[in-house]
Amino acid sequence: MQSELPLYPEQASNFAPQVDGLVLFMIAVCAFFAVVICAAVIYFFFRYQRKRPDELGVPIHGDMRLEIAWIVLPFFLLMAMFGWGAAIYVDYRHTPNDTLDITVIGKQWMWKLQQPDGRREINELHVPVNRNVRLIMASEDVIHDFSVPAFRVKMDVVPGHYNTMWFRPNKPGRYHFFCSQYCGTNHAVMGGWVTVMEQDDYAKWLSRTTGSEDPVAVGQKLYSDLACATCHQPDGKGRGPSYNGLYGSHVKLADGSTVLADDSYLRESILEPNAKIVAGYQPVMPSFQGQVTEDQIAALTAYIKSLKDQAPPGKPGAAESATGKK
Amino acid sequence: MHRTGELYGQFQTLEQQKESATLGMWVFLITEILFFGGLFLAYTVNRHAFPTAFGVGGNMLDLNLGFFNTIVLIASSFTMAMSVWSAQTSRRKAVPAWLIATLLLGSAFLGIKVVEYKQKFDHHLIPGHNFDVTYCSRNQVACGLGDKEFADEQKEIREGIEAEKAPRMSEEEATVALNAHAQLYFSLYFGMTGLHALHMVIGAGLLLWLIFEGFKGRFDANYNTPVENIGLYWHFVDIVWIFLFPLLYLINRHLA
Amino acid sequence: MSSSQQPPLSPQPAAEQQLPKEHYLNATYGIRSWLLTTDHKRIAILYLISVTFFFFVGGIFASLIRIHLLTPSGYLVTPETYNKLFTMHGVAMIFFFLIPSIPAVLGNFLIPIMIGAKDLAFPKINLLSWYIYLVGGALVLYSFATGGLDTGWTFYTPLSSIYSNSAVTPAVIGIFINGFSSILTGLNFIITVHTMRAPGMTWFRLPLFVWAHYATSLIFILGTPVIAITLLLAGLERMFHLGFFNPAYGGDPILFQHLFWFYSHPAVYIMILPAMGVISEIIPTFARKPIFGYDFIAASSIGIAVIGFIVWAHHMFLTGQSTYSALAFSFLTFLVAVPSAVKVFNWTSTLYKGSISFDTPMLYGLGFIGLFTIGGLTGLFLACLGLDIHLHDTYFVIAHFHYIMVGGAIMGYLGGIHFWWPKITGRLYPEYLARIAAITLFVGFNLTFFPQFILGYLGMPRRYHNYPPEYQVLNVMSTAGASILALGYLLPMIYLAWSMRYGKVAGKNPWPSTGLEWTTDSPPLTENFRETPVVGWEPYDFLHRPELGLLGAVSKKPVPAHGDD
Repeated sequence: MQSELPLYPEQASNFAPQVDGLVLFMIAVCAFFAVVICAAVIYFFFRYQRKRPDELGVPIHGDMRLEIAWIVLPFFLLMAMFGWGAAIYVDYRHTPNDTLDITVIGKQWMWKLQQPDGRREINELHVPVNRNVRLIMASEDVIHDFSVPAFRVKMDVVPGHYNTMWFRPNKPGRYHFFCSQYCGTNHAVMGGWVTVMEQDDYAKWLSRTTGSEDPVAVGQKLYSDLACATCHQPDGKGRGPSYNGLYGSHVKLADGSTVLADDSYLRESILEPNAKIVAGYQPVMPSFQGQVTEDQIAALTAYIKSLKDQAPPGKPGAAESATGKK
Repeated sequence: MHRTGELYGQFQTLEQQKESATLGMWVFLITEILFFGGLFLAYTVNRHAFPTAFGVGGNMLDLNLGFFNTIVLIASSFTMAMSVWSAQTSRRKAVPAWLIATLLLGSAFLGIKVVEYKQKFDHHLIPGHNFDVTYCSRNQVACGLGDKEFADEQKEIREGIEAEKAPRMSEEEATVALNAHAQLYFSLYFGMTGLHALHMVIGAGLLLWLIFEGFKGRFDANYNTPVENIGLYWHFVDIVWIFLFPLLYLINRHLA
Repeated sequence: MSSSQQPPLSPQPAAEQQLPKEHYLNATYGIRSWLLTTDHKRIAILYLISVTFFFFVGGIFASLIRIHLLTPSGYLVTPETYNKLFTMHGVAMIFFFLIPSIPAVLGNFLIPIMIGAKDLAFPKINLLSWYIYLVGGALVLYSFATGGLDTGWTFYTPLSSIYSNSAVTPAVIGIFINGFSSILTGLNFIITVHTMRAPGMTWFRLPLFVWAHYATSLIFILGTPVIAITLLLAGLERMFHLGFFNPAYGGDPILFQHLFWFYSHPAVYIMILPAMGVISEIIPTFARKPIFGYDFIAASSIGIAVIGFIVWAHHMFLTGQSTYSALAFSFLTFLVAVPSAVKVFNWTSTLYKGSISFDTPMLYGLGFIGLFTIGGLTGLFLACLGLDIHLHDTYFVIAHFHYIMVGGAIMGYLGGIHFWWPKITGRLYPEYLARIAAITLFVGFNLTFFPQFILGYLGMPRRYHNYPPEYQVLNVMSTAGASILALGYLLPMIYLAWSMRYGKVAGKNPWPSTGLEWTTDSPPLTENFRETPVVGWEPYDFLHRPELGLLGAVSKKPVPAHGDD
């Protein structure tokens, strides 16, 4: 994608082709006028060059018909531009009835997004393809703006107001969203990703967790859904260390040093597993960067923490845990 | 330095000079309309949004003092006009006399404003400074209210809190909301009357200069431009008050 | 191009030309005679020095921004500092350079002379305007130096009134005070044009430069008071925790935006109308013929000023305002394009059958037409509601307004400085170097800002200290252009300063041009004219001015004046 200079973002919503069509019309008309003016200026500049130092130009004071012509004709073109743009905008501001509603809270400097069933995401939005989606947005502090270039949509998020916007994604994929209203220090990094999924995948994703449940249960479900169980078996004989008695203990690393297994260590192990390799294990764990949300990391941490009183493998009293699922 | 009444170097004739000065004052007053206009707009928008809270705030203003001030200011415009007329008809001695009357009336206005502002201070109605719109409904003696007035005040606050109640809002939250909106009212009250008072103080300074020049006998039928133009300014300040008074004091007024 | 056989086409002063014995620069000496002057020409020079200073300040910030944006995770400055850089760049450039530049420098210098007067109507108020500007500027510089400003030049609440930790209060007070400088200048110009015109100088014989400044002055006096009160309210909110714009106290951040843009949109017309006035003087002079469509250009200046007051909410299409309101403002915004287009068409038509020379002011004039056309046309993209949804708050907006303000207003300013330099200083600048600088500026400018249109359509938001890596190529192109642009600005500073001492003496009317200002000495007397002129000719009337020494010019039979007195 870097080899060819892109001139426009991907088209991933119902509005994208409309907006792109309109911009092509605008570019065509405006380029036409720009070229005509520039060509006229350049042509006259060379055609009517001064030939002798005391030469006069031909005095022409004006022409009423020309003036009227170049007021009236552009006026109609301008009205066409106005009308076409207005049509898209009116459509955009008039949310259809059958939307999937997402609640969005913007605050310095992150986005909290909530699915209809209560499931929360941070800086991530999962939506199904080919469904009308409405975002109902509020701000906790200053004015922000939620913008998705690939969808060609954005809307300000104003404290004290609820603003809504809608779109219908029509192409699965992952698309940037940005904060588009200057909101302070980290305005530029207050963005994330919109993931558009096939409708079945969306349903499956949604059913992984629902609403605000016990984080330990959520974490336990993730432990199996994300296939952690494949390597991190309770008896420690898998490709990864056991979680039993892990939290709060001192872990011996492959390079001889020791580290305390606290929340940060767990988080790092999920996102950058090769940063610290546990002694006796190989660096084979893949990173889950971009695949787990902050909420999910918190849930996994809670689950691992819940196992801290289990006897670690190799210690007297260690039992084969019945919770390990394949 | 030029003496008052002489032709300044950039002008060709005295008539051009006078025309410029007068047009200049009119254009300046137009900018003042726009300046106050922003505050009037903010007031209108917020009044529309919070009618009950603004009514509560407005009823805390002293109608008698406000009305008296209105009469005082209109009278001062009359004396100012008399001063201009005196100048135009070459009644040289009368010019500073009428100007002094104007200045006295203007000072009376400002004095009463000070009294009003002090009262607001005592009643905890200064925005950003322990503002509490419910203060007088809980402190009869400190606010100097008679029994009936006190009962009316409590009723007023009660109605205000009721009007603020959105679904699922507790009593405390509604009271906080009323206080916030009333603070908005008083912020605009002090902003608008304060800006107006500032213009009056400047006007008083201009009057002093005019009186000084008037005593020298400078103004007559041939030359009275400063009197006319400062008269224009004074009338403008009066007209702003004519708008302020009903907007702040009279809308939603509960008469006893 | 001239060869050694043909006489040169550009002005060549006669060998024995000398500066006039007495003129406004040597009439009195000493710092007091400058700091307490009431001569509009000296005040113009005082402004020239101060606006140039602020241009440097704003320019340094811009350079730092562009260098920082060379890489996606810019390492030059911290996010906090970056946010201060773009804010301070905007504040310095808009309030202390662009708004005063042409009116306070060229307008102050030329308007009295152009209408045949000895000075403005209120010379002391003119000087007061400059001092007010300095006080406002000092406060803003104080704000820059003590913590900086990081709210964006737009000061949106509640970020500016509650959340920002930067030196907001001195900055808004400084801008508030500076507003009175504008108001008094506008007032001065309006009264001057009404009452100080020389005999025979009717409204429709006024140079279009004067019409442009009259229209600008209308905006000065009607718009500036509103920003003054708005910033005052925002400042009070910040200082005393009041609630005008704070939702926690029932206030509305959108009210701030309405009040702010009510001035700040007309403000952009303050920045461009005077430049258009300059172009309207340059084109006829260097095409040696009257402007095409004088009445329409004059009327369009007033039209832009008037319609410009009723389009402000096109900055707010995505705040959640009512759809009807958005439709109305979009329609009106398209409408305001018409008078600007009329001007462009008329300037272009003036070139037809002209006798055109390459002189530097003409290069700036033609550059202005091209760049203003592009800037104005891209404004249509933003006026178009459906497109604004995608383009709002992206680099497209930045590219659009820089095309107008730099490609338009600054080109107009520099064109005017060069055009009237002989009148202001009595000397000619070095033409060859000046043409190189103009072309450098034009090339550098386009390289800097054209890629930003594409960046904007690709979705890169503005005011970003970091950006996704796919935007890097265009950012690098833009920075490369900016370095050329910077060179283009430095060159005139150097050779103009050089020319004040070593430039060839210009004489009264080197180009020649037809305005009243070109009948005075170069530099003019303090009182401009020895006797009040009586005007008997139409503007830009080369044909009937045989005294200019041009081929085919004839004396004119007296005809009644065109238009009112």
